[in-house]
Amino acid sequence: MIVDNLDVDLTQEKLLDLQEKAVKARELVIETLLEAKSGHSAGPLGMADIFVALYFHILNHDPKDPHKPDRDRLILSNGHICPIRYVVMAMAGYFPIEELKTLRKLNSRLQGHPHRTALDGVETTSGPLGEGISQAIGYALAAKLDNKDHYIYCITSDGEHQEGNTWEAIMFAGKNKINNMTVIIDRNNIQIDGFTEDIMPLEPLREKYEAFGWHVLEVDGNNIRTFVDAVREAKAIFNKPTVIIAHTIPGKGVSFMENNYLWHGAPPDVGEVAGSPAKGDQAKTALADLRTLQGKIESEHQ
Amino acid sequence: MLNPALKLNPTMFEEAAEMKATRDGFGTGLVYLGETNPAVVVLTADLNESTRTEEFSKKFPERFFECGVAEQNMAAMAAGLGVSKKIPFMSSYATFSPGKNWETIRTTIIYNHSNVKIAGHHSGIMTGPDGATHQATEDIAITRCWPDIEVIVPCDSHESKRATIMSATIDGPVYLRFSRDKSVVMTTEETPFDKKIQTFWVTENPQCTIFGTGHMLYYAMLAGKELESEGINVLVANVAFIKPLDSEGVLDLIEKTGCAVSVEDHQVMGGLGGAIAELLALKRPAPMEFVGLQNTFAESGSPKDIIEKYGMGKNAIKEAVKKVISRK
Repeated sequence: MIVDNLDVDLTQEKLLDLQEKAVKARELVIETLLEAKSGHSAGPLGMADIFVALYFHILNHDPKDPHKPDRDRLILSNGHICPIRYVVMAMAGYFPIEELKTLRKLNSRLQGHPHRTALDGVETTSGPLGEGISQAIGYALAAKLDNKDHYIYCITSDGEHQEGNTWEAIMFAGKNKINNMTVIIDRNNIQIDGFTEDIMPLEPLREKYEAFGWHVLEVDGNNIRTFVDAVREAKAIFNKPTVIIAHTIPGKGVSFMENNYLWHGAPPDVGEVAGSPAKGDQAKTALADLRTLQGKIESEHQ
Repeated sequence: MLNPALKLNPTMFEEAAEMKATRDGFGTGLVYLGETNPAVVVLTADLNESTRTEEFSKKFPERFFECGVAEQNMAAMAAGLGVSKKIPFMSSYATFSPGKNWETIRTTIIYNHSNVKIAGHHSGIMTGPDGATHQATEDIAITRCWPDIEVIVPCDSHESKRATIMSATIDGPVYLRFSRDKSVVMTTEETPFDKKIQTFWVTENPQCTIFGTGHMLYYAMLAGKELESEGINVLVANVAFIKPLDSEGVLDLIEKTGCAVSVEDHQVMGGLGGAIAELLALKRPAPMEFVGLQNTFAESGSPKDIIEKYGMGKNAIKEAVKKVISRK
């Protein structure tokens, strides 16, 4: 059983373990998408560190009892990055790693976008953007009504801040000082059609949230220690809802995918992508890149 | 005559018949639920008074959430509450909810199987002077097409109260449809209310069944009564549950009369008439006529005038009955 470790200092040993798990998670993302032949690559790779930190250090949860009443709730608003959630859930023991191969296939619990009643532990159905913070507020209000102290986390994308619904929720949470919930924004700067600031600028994002009455933290979302520290600080803020703007590198760990919006919605080895290895070599190159930490070390798997 | 078994309001055809809006029954039902069921919570989007959540909000402020003019946020918050073992009632005008926030409801409430009750107010032309922007005339169509939802259209304020209370006992999403203006109270506290179709107007050797839903059932009753005096015997049936439709009840009545007219304050496409036509096409084809808005928006005006102009009233129903009988 995994318990809430947030109050326990992140030792160097634990940090190294989490970092290794994040690399493993990225490999599994590539292998899973390769098998599925469709799905999103960049977002799941960019968010591997945060998901590993949540499932292996931050959340109070139990893979063997996914409905336990006092569990922390992790709401994934941008459902399209679910491959990383599925991978990390499998690593945590919610279901066999082998089942990842069923992603997006008929009769699978791993729907292309997450579906609450299909898979225990995914908490919500999501995919259509902009609806997660609202749902998280619903969970937070219910916890307050019942005097429960479990905590609500909501992961959103940056792009979905172009949805009006997102701002309706931000407005409500600011007014009502929803303080048993932390929103985590995957600020990776890309969306399907290009860079967010070219498609529809989101900046100044911090000032916007502050104007709506939120406490804002900004961290390197690919640095597990700084992210964990930010989550701890967020939980300590009493008078406001808190958002962590997590600056991440989309495609993190795979050189040719990093910061390339063309990999937002593409899986490896399905088509040719400008500036990337040829179709047929993409997954192989990506896995080699991950296993050698982008050439920094020799992989034991090579 | 009025079906004696149903203990209907015996004065419904009199000038001084009691008039009450269906939205009022919703408000009363909510207060009853507030007092009896601690899991019930209520959300509104800046329409506390007119959608009749106000009394609940005053009595149970800690279980009431004012969302402001933000129907998408209201829907998804309700979804989160519903999954967290609350029974949320979200209340707004039907053009906005489930209109404007349709996809939010589809994803976060329906597909997500959250136990949310969606109260759609100001449905149909009973919204009158506000005009077609605020007259929800497609809401039955856009809710009944969802899997895993029940759709209830109460015929008067009594039935509204009972439908509201009953909806809290249904495990899963429910759409409740209410009207703004006052309409004749046809039922009494003794009238049975369940998911079955009830035949309000009964005659010997009937030649046609009029299926009515919501306040329009009263116009069907007026038509049925007048037709009898003209020598045409019909049955008038109240369909409160558009979904699940009481298929057995519909087929029984068609077995007796061989044809049908549907009457609703809604587009004739996809609503009550559509639901019955789908069933008949599958199980027992029979001639059918549809009374409602005929592929058009209505306009500002008093409900009574709109009903006349758009061919939805007593005379239009009588014409439809005669036509459908001639097609048998």
